Amino acid sequence: MSLESLKERLEAKTGCKLEIVENPSVSAQHSLLVQAKDAVAVATLLRDDEGYNYCSNVTGVDRPAREVSEKVKVMKLVEGVETEVEETQKRMTAAYLEVVYHLFSMTKHKYMVVLRMRTLDREARVHLPSLTPVWRSAEFQEREVYDLYGVLFNGHPDLRRILMWDEFEDFPMRRDYVEPDDYEYEPTAHDAVLRKTNAHWAEAGEGEVGQ
Amino acid sequence: MSTFSAPAMELTPKPSYAADGAQLLEVSMGPQHPSTHGVFRMDVALDGETVVKLKPIFGYLHRNHEKLGEDQSYIASMPYTDRLDYFCSMTNNWAYALAVEKLAGIVVPERAEYLRVITAELTRLQNHTSLVGFLMQDMGASGTPLMYAFREREKILDLFESLSGARMMCNYMRFGGCRVDLPKGWQQQAQSVVDAYPKFLDEFEALLTSNEILMARTQGVGALSSELAIAAGITGPMLRASGVNYDLRKVDAYGIYDRFQFRVPLGDHGDVYDRCMVRLLEMRESLEILKQALRDLPEGPIQDPKTKVRNFKPKPGEAYGRIEAPKGELGFYLISDGSANPYRFRVRPPSLINLTILEDLCLGRNIADVVIILGSVDIVMGEVDR
Amino acid sequence: MLGVGVLKGLVETARNFFGSYVSEERLTTLQYPEETSPRIEASRSFPFLVYDGSDWQQGMRCVSCQICEKECPPKCIFIEKSPDKKPDAVGKMQFYPAKFDIDISVCMSCQICVEVCPFDAIKMDVDYNLSATNRFSDLLLDKERLSKSNEYYHEIHPTEAASVDADLAAAREKAAPKPAAPATAAVQTAGTGGAAS
Repeated sequence: MSLESLKERLEAKTGCKLEIVENPSVSAQHSLLVQAKDAVAVATLLRDDEGYNYCSNVTGVDRPAREVSEKVKVMKLVEGVETEVEETQKRMTAAYLEVVYHLFSMTKHKYMVVLRMRTLDREARVHLPSLTPVWRSAEFQEREVYDLYGVLFNGHPDLRRILMWDEFEDFPMRRDYVEPDDYEYEPTAHDAVLRKTNAHWAEAGEGEVGQ
Repeated sequence: MSTFSAPAMELTPKPSYAADGAQLLEVSMGPQHPSTHGVFRMDVALDGETVVKLKPIFGYLHRNHEKLGEDQSYIASMPYTDRLDYFCSMTNNWAYALAVEKLAGIVVPERAEYLRVITAELTRLQNHTSLVGFLMQDMGASGTPLMYAFREREKILDLFESLSGARMMCNYMRFGGCRVDLPKGWQQQAQSVVDAYPKFLDEFEALLTSNEILMARTQGVGALSSELAIAAGITGPMLRASGVNYDLRKVDAYGIYDRFQFRVPLGDHGDVYDRCMVRLLEMRESLEILKQALRDLPEGPIQDPKTKVRNFKPKPGEAYGRIEAPKGELGFYLISDGSANPYRFRVRPPSLINLTILEDLCLGRNIADVVIILGSVDIVMGEVDR
Repeated sequence: MLGVGVLKGLVETARNFFGSYVSEERLTTLQYPEETSPRIEASRSFPFLVYDGSDWQQGMRCVSCQICEKECPPKCIFIEKSPDKKPDAVGKMQFYPAKFDIDISVCMSCQICVEVCPFDAIKMDVDYNLSATNRFSDLLLDKERLSKSNEYYHEIHPTEAASVDADLAAAREKAAPKPAAPATAAVQTAGTGGAAS
């Protein structure tokens, strides 16, 4: 059962557009990227028609914008003649949060489908439809993604923080999360711990201390 | 720092009332409660002795294991996986090693595969033995069954210690194999433990399975239907007690599990009694696997020579690897960006997801049943909270 | 009949109770601390540094390469390189640690430092009676407290130590200078002299 044929079947039935995200590693676990608006319809189809009745794993992934440089061919006037020149251009990738669902079937077959959804950005437009109504097993895991990444799941029955305490404000698994300054004396400080130590003392106005 | 903050949730619920207008008794069970197997809390609302609401509250042991995994090299996460489900460090190691091997395309030598099966089945044996002991403890059989269980468990922990150096935090498996080969005499020692185990199981079953008090206390309590179990992603013995034949050792046949003859015990009613029985039967099947594995253990290398411990950098990509841990499906989802640290390190904890239906199982039962239902789920908070 | 199951269970407990007077297998408790269970060879507690010969400073195998410091998962090792060099276990001139601290209140006994050490200089101890009253002065082990002799290593892990010694002897053989180079030969004898154990 190939991912392409599954994609075609799903597209024919729902009329939505799916995209295959290639996985370059040897595991070859390619995934289906689904638009937020079609997610519930696609998920229901996967569960009812394709037999994926078991949602094993729900993962949040943070993708902040990063700079990529790529080589582009551009036409340029070189010494009066228009020639094709390769040029390195730098651009920023789109920033978004991603939620990945690993789906299996407990009763019909043993294939896996990886379903991905992406938010529009990382700040305000972080709403995604909840798939808990389709697979109950996503309930705690979506709460965890909300708790640690800040994705808001529309239609989740009980979207509260699960691991952090209710009054906590930030989202600790985001890659730009800044840890609070909970400095403690460490006798073997080096690398990251030493940087933290120095930052703490710099803030306290004592200057840097070496080990 | 993200600038966005979520809308405020209503934190303090209004007092709730029973149908006849009496105010319900709100009990905060845990986090320091002897029956919660660690620091786990349940907000329970009681009408008399009957549970009308139960909300599990997690996070007391939260240390952001996944962030730790993202902050250090692939191999440095291996000892931390021991601390997830600290009863079963061998299977945790295996699940993580399997995910990395899928990510990087590493082939494991034959002998190492056998060693992994042997250690994983020993882990299953000792986990189920102590779980049944703990469950009896929860039911009020103070001490005796648990001490018998621990006596046997100790023999397996001794095996682990002479193999890996530690009783519980084994840190034994490596990407592409295992860390050390068997010491002299280990195989005979393991064989004698395996040979003596059925006698202990017979005694254990005589002590428990026909006991009228135990049956009255467990049969029909916390029944879980197979439909709900599948929908809620319940895995492991708890799922099989509900009659769903889903064992990753059979389904995925990861490692070399397709070489062994064993059966998958299934329950019928999905109640606490069935969960206990399924575990007792699973131990017998584990012994079968162990006998075959110890018999067929080949000679050869135990580590893929091409895989380095240091400077291990898999190519960009992602992989999800899962195994049948004693508590259910333990999965690791890794995303690599080509650097020495994983970009994303996700643990799929069976204990946490098996708790999804805790409220469904407990509603309408007595508060005393909550204790044994929770006991039969088999949780370890190190894994639930990560 | 009601009660048969309970009786069967009681027979079982009785068998275990009386059996504990006659059978080794059923009596598994030990009178700790007077009695202790036999030590298992592979068991590990915290790391220590091996030295050859009798002088711990001269025979220190560690060459201060700082690999263990980098690989240690909880970052509990701190090493400072020496300004000068001394001959190592094989006889090459190498740095040695001017400072080597392990905070064993942070260490989680994972053995990764032992695995990554290319010089067989750090090994796992077996001592577990380590209670102390001060977290920093007692549980932060410095170079001197960490150093233990190769004889001690042989005593606690005989099989492993024997294979390490064989490897080191082979390395010394390989590194042994050709007779045509007398200058390095002097250093060589100085290095191997201490490591003859």
